[in-house]
Amino acid sequence: MISLAELAAIREKMKDKVAVREGSAQTRVVVGMATCGIAAGARPVLSAFVEGVNKEGLAEKVAVTQTGCIGICQYEPVVEVFEDGKEKVTYVKLTPEKAERIIKEHLVGGNVVTEYTIGANG
Amino acid sequence: MIRSHVLICGGTGCSASGSGAVKEALEAEIAAKGLADEVKVVQTGCFGLCALGPIMIVYPEGTFYHSVTAENVPEIVEEHLLKGRPVTRLVYHEVNDDDVKHATSLSETVFYKKQKRVALRNCGVINPENIDEYIGVDGYRALAKVLTEMTPEQVIDVILASGLRGRGGAGFPTGRKWQMARNLVPDADQKFVCCNADEGDPGAFMDRSILEGDPHAVLEAMTIAGYAIGSNQGYIYVRAEYPIAIKRLEIAIGQAHEYGLLGDNILGTGFSFDIKLRFGAGAFVCGEETALMTSIEGNRGEPRPRPPFPAVKGLFGKPTILNNVETYANICQIILNGPEWFASMGTETSKGTKVFALGGKIQNTGLVEVPMGTTLREVIYDIGGGIPNGKKFKAAQTGGPSGGCITTENLDTPIDYENLMRIGSMMGSGGLIVMDEDTCMVDIARFFLEFTVDESCGKCTPCRVGTKRMLEILDKIIAGNGTLEDIDRLEELANYIKSSSLCGLGQTAPNPILSTLRYFRDEYIAHVVDKKCPAGVCKSLLRYKIDPAKCKGCTLCARKCPVGAISGSVREAHTIDAAKCIKCGVCMSTCKFGAISRA
Repeated sequence: MISLAELAAIREKMKDKVAVREGSAQTRVVVGMATCGIAAGARPVLSAFVEGVNKEGLAEKVAVTQTGCIGICQYEPVVEVFEDGKEKVTYVKLTPEKAERIIKEHLVGGNVVTEYTIGANG
Repeated sequence: MIRSHVLICGGTGCSASGSGAVKEALEAEIAAKGLADEVKVVQTGCFGLCALGPIMIVYPEGTFYHSVTAENVPEIVEEHLLKGRPVTRLVYHEVNDDDVKHATSLSETVFYKKQKRVALRNCGVINPENIDEYIGVDGYRALAKVLTEMTPEQVIDVILASGLRGRGGAGFPTGRKWQMARNLVPDADQKFVCCNADEGDPGAFMDRSILEGDPHAVLEAMTIAGYAIGSNQGYIYVRAEYPIAIKRLEIAIGQAHEYGLLGDNILGTGFSFDIKLRFGAGAFVCGEETALMTSIEGNRGEPRPRPPFPAVKGLFGKPTILNNVETYANICQIILNGPEWFASMGTETSKGTKVFALGGKIQNTGLVEVPMGTTLREVIYDIGGGIPNGKKFKAAQTGGPSGGCITTENLDTPIDYENLMRIGSMMGSGGLIVMDEDTCMVDIARFFLEFTVDESCGKCTPCRVGTKRMLEILDKIIAGNGTLEDIDRLEELANYIKSSSLCGLGQTAPNPILSTLRYFRDEYIAHVVDKKCPAGVCKSLLRYKIDPAKCKGCTLCARKCPVGAISGSVREAHTIDAAKCIKCGVCMSTCKFGAISRA
């Protein structure tokens, strides 16, 4: 028999897992996953975002999705962050390590990591 | 780490159109592409758009694929799940006001936007075979709240204040029912909580979809009801024709037992409650409450007179409440969100939402849930997508064989219990069958009456003999042998049966006749006076004729006629022998010169 506390614990654990199906996330992290992106290492970047977002408890607010070729293949892996009411931010030449910093500073902290954006790398 | 959830409908509709094979193919393909750690396949309950099944939704994008086959799976996995490019060809497209087709996610469709899903909130969202997912969407939180923070009286007060009324058809206030069962027999040694899942109306499948998509919601609500009235035993009476619902209920009851959310000492609060399943063998009368309980007791399912009402003397002679599946599906939401929230939806006398099963001549066959007070026009034209093939709306039947029809003039009447009663129909369990101009109302009345004649249990004479006599009169009218006196006799008989039958089945059996007589008397008169069926349905009244001026004598119709009723020489006008003609209509559809007409 489970107790009230255990019931609450299961709810907390499962909430984020089901939340992805609500489609109500305000922020979208879109990873370019065309052939060019995958060749440049987009897959580990995608995994890093998925894991990081869940670790930080952002699953209800942030949806990590993929897209095809964005058209700037030389800058892959490319990730775009869409936030409600804000301008799109395009990050380029990412690695899993850079992804972690973006999660901490941008998604949690709200500060764009300017040095990874296309503007700083163009 | 899971980044994407692929939801596949495992309801009866999509299972029938092959969702099982799609799920297997998907799991195999995902494993082959090495995505098993990233993409999770979830089998859910009904999404509601059964006509477009099998339905598949990919989250977090919310991409809405429909009519998916196992052959489509490798492409979807390779393109969408691996490379992130939705396969637009297979995505649901909606035509907007400017006649432009555009890809639409499920929640964006007009079908969904106008709905308010309370009873169906988890259908198509969670895996019904996984109790953890149910707990993740606030499952069993209402039960925990009730057991730890509320007295049984408070629970009843909340349900009373919400204004919830029985969703099985009659619309009795649920809170009152519970209150009576709690108070009327204070010294009862045993009470029972029953769930009516014997959904028998032709065309109705909301209860099935709730049981298939969210079985725990019903179990949780029944447990709350048990606490409220002071009962420790529940029964779900479910049709044996619902194998998927039964399987998921069995799994859910097993899981709830494992977690101690059913059984002894629930959540350590000292309250005990258990639920057993009983299978109905498909008798329509067993949806009537006294017949249902008689059947659970192991006897032949026949109704008995009331009073005594079940709240005083029900199952095994003990105080019993019996609620419908959809009624229970609202309970936990009322407890969690408060009675004010529930009462804020709907009309003055009918609160909350109602699920309708849309069927018949309608574009989006499926399941919809709308606030009470929504008009039939919104349900049929906005959510239902209108009538296919540009045909004209004629009527909609609510309440199945117990209900009546709603016509064009009442399209803008807000749907609630009182309004439907006033216009000669009833809420019923929520089947909504749409009919277009090609439907003959006499034929429809006969269809429903034939059903009740079959399903009459035979205990009382008005129902057993009376419905049969009505059917015979209808047959006479349809065969072209009716008289105006027959129509009067039919109406008289219908009113007798309505007022003198023992149970709801007989009392409501004449409704389809009374309501078609009320709104479409001219069609009856056309059948008996002009000997014509205006919709061209009743075969005995049809005559096929060849226009000699248009007939070129090509002999095509004569060769196609299955009974050799057409004769004539080459290049001469042909004729149809009415005595031989079986009115199949083949000649009319094969004629290239439009020379054959039906009258």
